[in-house]
Amino acid sequence: MKLNLNNREEVLETSKDVLTINEIRAMKKYSFQSLVVKVNGTLIKKNRFDEPVVKDGDKVDIIHLISGG
Amino acid sequence: MRFEQIKEMLKGKTVGIAGCGGLGSNCAVALARVGVGNLIIADFDVIEESNLNRQYFFADQIGQPKVEALKHNIAKINPAITVEAHLIKLEPQDIVHLFTKCDVIVEAFDKAEAKEMIIETVACEMPDKPLVCGVGMAGWGGNELIKVECYDNLYIVGDKESEASEDNPPIAPRVGVVANMMANVVLEILLGKDR
Repeated sequence: MKLNLNNREEVLETSKDVLTINEIRAMKKYSFQSLVVKVNGTLIKKNRFDEPVVKDGDKVDIIHLISGG
Repeated sequence: MRFEQIKEMLKGKTVGIAGCGGLGSNCAVALARVGVGNLIIADFDVIEESNLNRQYFFADQIGQPKVEALKHNIAKINPAITVEAHLIKLEPQDIVHLFTKCDVIVEAFDKAEAKEMIIETVACEMPDKPLVCGVGMAGWGGNELIKVECYDNLYIVGDKESEASEDNPPIAPRVGVVANMMANVVLEILLGKDR
């Protein structure tokens, strides 16, 4: 699956046509607890991370947040 | 553009600053110096001695609410700036209520969960509002790692990996770099990229 992930073109190896946010996090080994996710500019809340919301060609932003300020 | 023109363009602008610690106090002062006419600042905390290693406050202000001290300090730097100060722990509804009239919002919270909350709130309730966030500025050195990432109207400034902790505290130089880079992004939004 070809994605624009965090402003970079990426190809994820998968046989699926649609992916969930949690599947992408697992594939990319993203482990941060605090994060904000947008798909094609629209916010995806945490309760939707197991829904199939990502398809080929999508723009996916998974933004990790850490403390300090 | 001459400074008089820059000042003229900025005097009618309004910037909201969520949190008045290391990022918020330094960013607010930079914006006040160049003449952003209206600042809406919000924070629930009082100044402690440990804040003085990075925050724009003075030793004789320890114990004062940060919003009041920051308003006072900005007035000493640039009395032409209108500062609306809110002593409040911001919740989603407050963010919408207080910052809806802002041209840009600056996220300057300490905790990751609070950063998450304001980004979600702005994305849901005010999706067209530019939001500038600070993520990753603890420790020292590593100037080359600090950058700006843009996701639509959301700007993330920092190295995105140096989390603040007891063993890796946020301290003046690097916090100041990120705070001033955030102010610089705000100016780019308010004035445009064309110099």
